[in-house]
Amino acid sequence: MINNVETLSTIPAIIRGGGEWYAGLGTPRNGGTRLYSISGHVNRPGIYELPLGFPLRRLIEEVAGGMKDGKKLKAVIPGGSSCPLLTADEIDVAMDYDAVAKIGSMLGSGGTVIFDEDTCMVDLARRIMHFYAHESCGWCIPCREGTAWLRKMLDRFHEGGGSSEDISLIGELSQNMLGRTFCPLGDAAALPTISIVKKWRNEFEDHLQGKCAYQHAHFVAAAH
Amino acid sequence: MAEKKSLTFTLDGRQITTPTGTLVIEAAKTQGIEVPSFCYYPGLSLQAACRMCLVEVEKMPKLQTACTLVATEGMVVKTDTQQVHGARKNMIEFLLSNHPLDCPVCDKGGECELQDMTFRYGLDKTRFTEEKLHYPEEKWSELVYYDAPRCILCFRCVRVCDEGMDVKALGIGARGVQSVILPNKTGELACEECGMCIDICPVGALTSGTYRYQTRPWEMTYVPNPCTHCSNGCKTTLSVRNNEILRANNRDHSGFNGEFLCGKGRFGHEFTSHPERVRNPLVRRNGKLEDASWEDALEEVARRLKQVHTTHGGSAIGVIGSNHTTNEENYLLNRFARVTLGTNNLDHHRTADYTGLAAALGPNAKNSLATMADVYNAKAIFLIGNDVTNQNPLVAWQIRTAVRHHNAKLHVINSCSSKIHRQAVSAVQVPEGGETQAIRWLASEHGQFDAQTTQDLLQLKAALEASSDVVVIFGANIQGAAIRDLVSLTARFGGHTRFMALGDYANSRGAADMGVLPDRLPGYAHLSDASERARFGRIWGAEPSEKPGLTARAMMEAAVEGKLKALYVVGANPLKTFAISAPDRLAGLELLVVHDMFLTETAQRADVVLPAASTYEKDGTLTNTAGEVQLTHRSIDPQGPRSDFDLIRILSHQLSMFGLGSPIKLRTAEAAFDEIRQNVSGYNLSHSNLLGGGSEIATASSKSVESSYDVPAGTVFSSNDYLFTSGTLGRYCSKLNSTNEAKDRPWSSSPSTQSWWYR
Repeated sequence: MINNVETLSTIPAIIRGGGEWYAGLGTPRNGGTRLYSISGHVNRPGIYELPLGFPLRRLIEEVAGGMKDGKKLKAVIPGGSSCPLLTADEIDVAMDYDAVAKIGSMLGSGGTVIFDEDTCMVDLARRIMHFYAHESCGWCIPCREGTAWLRKMLDRFHEGGGSSEDISLIGELSQNMLGRTFCPLGDAAALPTISIVKKWRNEFEDHLQGKCAYQHAHFVAAAH
Repeated sequence: MAEKKSLTFTLDGRQITTPTGTLVIEAAKTQGIEVPSFCYYPGLSLQAACRMCLVEVEKMPKLQTACTLVATEGMVVKTDTQQVHGARKNMIEFLLSNHPLDCPVCDKGGECELQDMTFRYGLDKTRFTEEKLHYPEEKWSELVYYDAPRCILCFRCVRVCDEGMDVKALGIGARGVQSVILPNKTGELACEECGMCIDICPVGALTSGTYRYQTRPWEMTYVPNPCTHCSNGCKTTLSVRNNEILRANNRDHSGFNGEFLCGKGRFGHEFTSHPERVRNPLVRRNGKLEDASWEDALEEVARRLKQVHTTHGGSAIGVIGSNHTTNEENYLLNRFARVTLGTNNLDHHRTADYTGLAAALGPNAKNSLATMADVYNAKAIFLIGNDVTNQNPLVAWQIRTAVRHHNAKLHVINSCSSKIHRQAVSAVQVPEGGETQAIRWLASEHGQFDAQTTQDLLQLKAALEASSDVVVIFGANIQGAAIRDLVSLTARFGGHTRFMALGDYANSRGAADMGVLPDRLPGYAHLSDASERARFGRIWGAEPSEKPGLTARAMMEAAVEGKLKALYVVGANPLKTFAISAPDRLAGLELLVVHDMFLTETAQRADVVLPAASTYEKDGTLTNTAGEVQLTHRSIDPQGPRSDFDLIRILSHQLSMFGLGSPIKLRTAEAAFDEIRQNVSGYNLSHSNLLGGGSEIATASSKSVESSYDVPAGTVFSSNDYLFTSGTLGRYCSKLNSTNEAKDRPWSSSPSTQSWWYR
């Protein structure tokens, strides 16, 4: 059994305060604290230790100092890039395992990424797929071929070479990987992609019209 | 808690009772339900990579891979649901995304598992519109090519090379969709060139240097034949088109060798169509071998044999038989030599002392010969001498698989280094030729070894005595009285001990079983046995004489001394075997007749050369080193050459016209086999099983244990052929010889001196 640093770092506090005290920090079925690693378009990105069940809205608006440059919130990755994304309307949620699962995502690693209104969601899907295609080890067919296929499709789509059939196909191919791979990496690639196609389908449709209203968004530009 | 031996679960609505530990994919097979898979391969480690075998299991949220799912009591599995069918379609779609769809020009087209699966489970259209990956094809060796785009990364090749062959030449390069199979040694394949990777490849990614892009699989006919090279007798399927063997493999896994074939079996069939093959009879005229008609050549042979017989008597004639000719031919040769020519000077190059084993076991031979399956099923294996990896590749495969699959314990005493020692729990190295002394010491404590060897031998003995059902395998070094020592040593082993002597060639055992020996009738009856002489006398029309003849080596010495006047050689090359370097030393020989496929050293010296068919070109039976008999078939017409069976038969007619002997009336190999079945001990086999492509164990045995049996030194010895040599035949397999590994070791080297894979 190998424990990560986050787990090990809680031990002194638990020994000092006792298990009951520690469990009492969170919500009933989600005791203790969590390290929330907040990044993206916020004023104070960083790693914050907070009780489980801390409200996501407060995490963004208070802890992370609110949206950068006063921009509007568009999307949140609640717990790492493998989680289905949340829209701005879904942030009134307690950041614990049960509550985030209830709205169809995962708390995962606690890696919370905040995206503002200038983010191109097609590009975001593309970037996520690039990551997973690169991470895919090649062992099993659906992940190996699926991530590579989706990466190529999203590249083409983002560059303006997409078709309306592609939008459904991106979701379908992700669905075809889901739950069928040797390890959960295939699921990790599929889940965010499925959620982006579902929740921001309009942005894919805009791309077909040659419109990417967010092309010069600083998030995209900065990473190029 | 006692473990239950079987359990019941539900598969597609059927109640199935299956042994505990059965994989669902295997249980499905027993019901005739196909669960498709690429990466699953029985006998190799589980991979669960292709995801083709996904099935629905009640109470499990996700689809499960049937190849890794062990059936449990009450489990409910469904393979025929919309979800399962959908998943298969999706997997095929993923697989085809980067796979070239050029089946019409792919070498595998028509026998491709991906093609079949697509036909059965795939989509009828493609949604992949991106650019496919492409890599250039790679030539890994003269025999193995790799085309990465076609590779579906099932890793069967990597596993069979690692687990099955213990060669570990292949690995995986890069990652993700860029993954490729590559040789572990940069730029080339450093391996045994067995071609198992090609055979096991479900698609056209790995192709064979001798077969690729010559034909379409449906243009060929398929003929089952035992391999003609080493003594293991692996069953091969010869793929024939336009009277040419284009390929050998064993894709239907129907023989006792299962999926196994070595490089010789797979790539070593080129000799049949080699341009240097002798196609016409040759007769020496004015010192030169010249083409002659069959009539003239056979008349010449008959006339001159009769001449020698009249002038010098039958004992001035010697007959040397072959390790490759069929049982029927050997049986016929026995009769031809002893009855027609009236000589007991009959022998062949003995590469294992099968007679010695028969003599040591006596009637016990009937249930004490180890089959290839016995080696696989053995709990313990005792191997003495021989580099099985090189000399007996199937035996080596069976040993490796026995160790890998059920933890069989391998104990070795050997003077040569062999890769198989990696599988051994104990391997005692003895000096060259020291195997005999070691066995003698273990059996009777005669002799002496250094302290370390003594201790090792004692430990090995203790381990073997604590074992049961040991399979004892020994090479040519253990011969004569040493076999008796070995058999007595095993008296203290538990359970039922079985034996296997390791010879060199396709019908080495058959030659001995059929009595191509100076002192034995077919079935090992000694010539001194009057009742056996009388029995064969009744069948053959005349009784053989009692006095044993000369051994092959003694015949060659007698020929050099001018004592032997005629030598009749069938499919052998005694000048090379017995190292008679200067053919003019045979000046005293009045007649040398040779049946052969090529102008060997001996054939070049011959007065008459009769072109002979190979075992791939004639009907008959062969007995492998374990005693397993299989049918050979005339897969191609040899176009000129004739079977040794026909040559001997026709010659007997010719000779009878000159007043020597009576004509042999057996017209076909089948008729001769019937006579063998009726008259040769241990050969009363089920013909129907053989016709069905199976093998039958022949247990030719001596009537009683012969406690004084021995064999003169220099009579039984191995040619030490290795994976890339095969006596005369191997010389005419240019592709096999062109591999780096074959070039590494010269023809003459003995396997004890070098082991290239250790480098």
